[in-house]
Amino acid sequence: MQTRPLVSSDARPRLRRGVRLVHNEAQGGWVLLAPERLFKTDAVGVEIINRCTGEATLASIIDDLAATYSAPRERIEADVNALLTTLADKQLVEL
Amino acid sequence: MATNGYDLPKPIGLLAELTHRCPLGCPYCSNPLALEGKSGELDTETWARVFREAGALGVLQVHLSGGEPAARRDLTEITKAARDAGLYSNLITSGVGINAARLGELAGAGLDHVQISIQDSEAQSADHIAGYQGAFARKNALAVEVVRLGMPLTINMVVHRANVSRIGAMVALAVTMGARRVEIAHVQYYGWALKNRAQLMPTRPQVEEAIAAVEALRDRHKGEIVIDAVFPDYFARFPKPCVGGWGRRSLNVTPSGRVLPCHAAETIPGLEFWNVREYGLAHIWENSPAFRVFRGTSWMKEPCATCPRREIDFGGCRCQAFLLTGDARATDPVCELAPTHALIERLAAVHEDTAYAYRR
Repeated sequence: MQTRPLVSSDARPRLRRGVRLVHNEAQGGWVLLAPERLFKTDAVGVEIINRCTGEATLASIIDDLAATYSAPRERIEADVNALLTTLADKQLVEL
Repeated sequence: MATNGYDLPKPIGLLAELTHRCPLGCPYCSNPLALEGKSGELDTETWARVFREAGALGVLQVHLSGGEPAARRDLTEITKAARDAGLYSNLITSGVGINAARLGELAGAGLDHVQISIQDSEAQSADHIAGYQGAFARKNALAVEVVRLGMPLTINMVVHRANVSRIGAMVALAVTMGARRVEIAHVQYYGWALKNRAQLMPTRPQVEEAIAAVEALRDRHKGEIVIDAVFPDYFARFPKPCVGGWGRRSLNVTPSGRVLPCHAAETIPGLEFWNVREYGLAHIWENSPAFRVFRGTSWMKEPCATCPRREIDFGGCRCQAFLLTGDARATDPVCELAPTHALIERLAAVHEDTAYAYRR
């Protein structure tokens, strides 16, 4: 395994063009759709992805989530980093 | 209705064959020998209803395909209907028949993704394979426009004996075009392609070289482009899990509205297909005889019936089993466990260098 650098806290993540988060009742929730690919996303994922507007910095996204859910910042940071590096590797998110 | 030992799955993909009309004449065309004509094609409003029904059924992605979908004058309206139904839309095009203005309209209608096929890395050979002078240049021009508009682009390359040695050059071309993804698909021998099997079949050394090349290309282009490759099943040990299992993940609507479990399913005689003009899509998905016949595993014979891989590859491809053995319930002969496997090895070694039978 290659070690990956953590996402920079100044990064302004956003979904790449052609990637869309859609809700489908029959599939039971939210799905991130990209060319020939789909990723079912849980509630935490949706909260993170919805904040990836290309304007908010990573640091502010983490602050916002930590405040909204009264959760420890370190845990939120770990969740956000894990999700965004996965999505960036799959070319779904631009960092 | 009772199910045959399975929970009714939810489809995720819909292949919408908007038309069988196509300007190209590719010898590996996977469409059936008998094409449906323009006069029998579904109208715009029927496609819009099919998309709404598909979304309600769980479908997430619609592939607007053909033939050449741009042969439909209402392609923009159809694309908008897909978007309005909440579906992710993927245009699968030859690149011939869509200029910059039309692409702009499609983007405005909410088109999510464009897939352009290329026949080779160089114009002369590519146009020869497509049977259409100037096709290569038009594909390149459309790719430029797709990228200029910021839309995601996939380049699809169908490989066979005449171009398999140039996979690297084709991937390099896709990178230059600005594609995010390439699909390397070895020809599958159904429909028209079966006519040209001996003209298209690669040799085993070519296939081995191609597999190694794809691995090297994935390393070289990691982070730059996603490479999806479909293994040539005549050279495999186990069959492909065709369409992810019959009536399990996807469905296909023909230009005239017949609903098929896979786009080659009409190959199998005796199947009863229902039409979207007569029934809702959910009803067809659940109850149409053509979907029920090979859904799940209870239809299987040995060696599939007790095979530990029966829910991995679902016995392989029903159409191929029928085409090569005459029995649609047989194990796909690609499988090394199939009693008919020797046939595949024999057919994979037949090569003829005569002219292609072009699709006209």
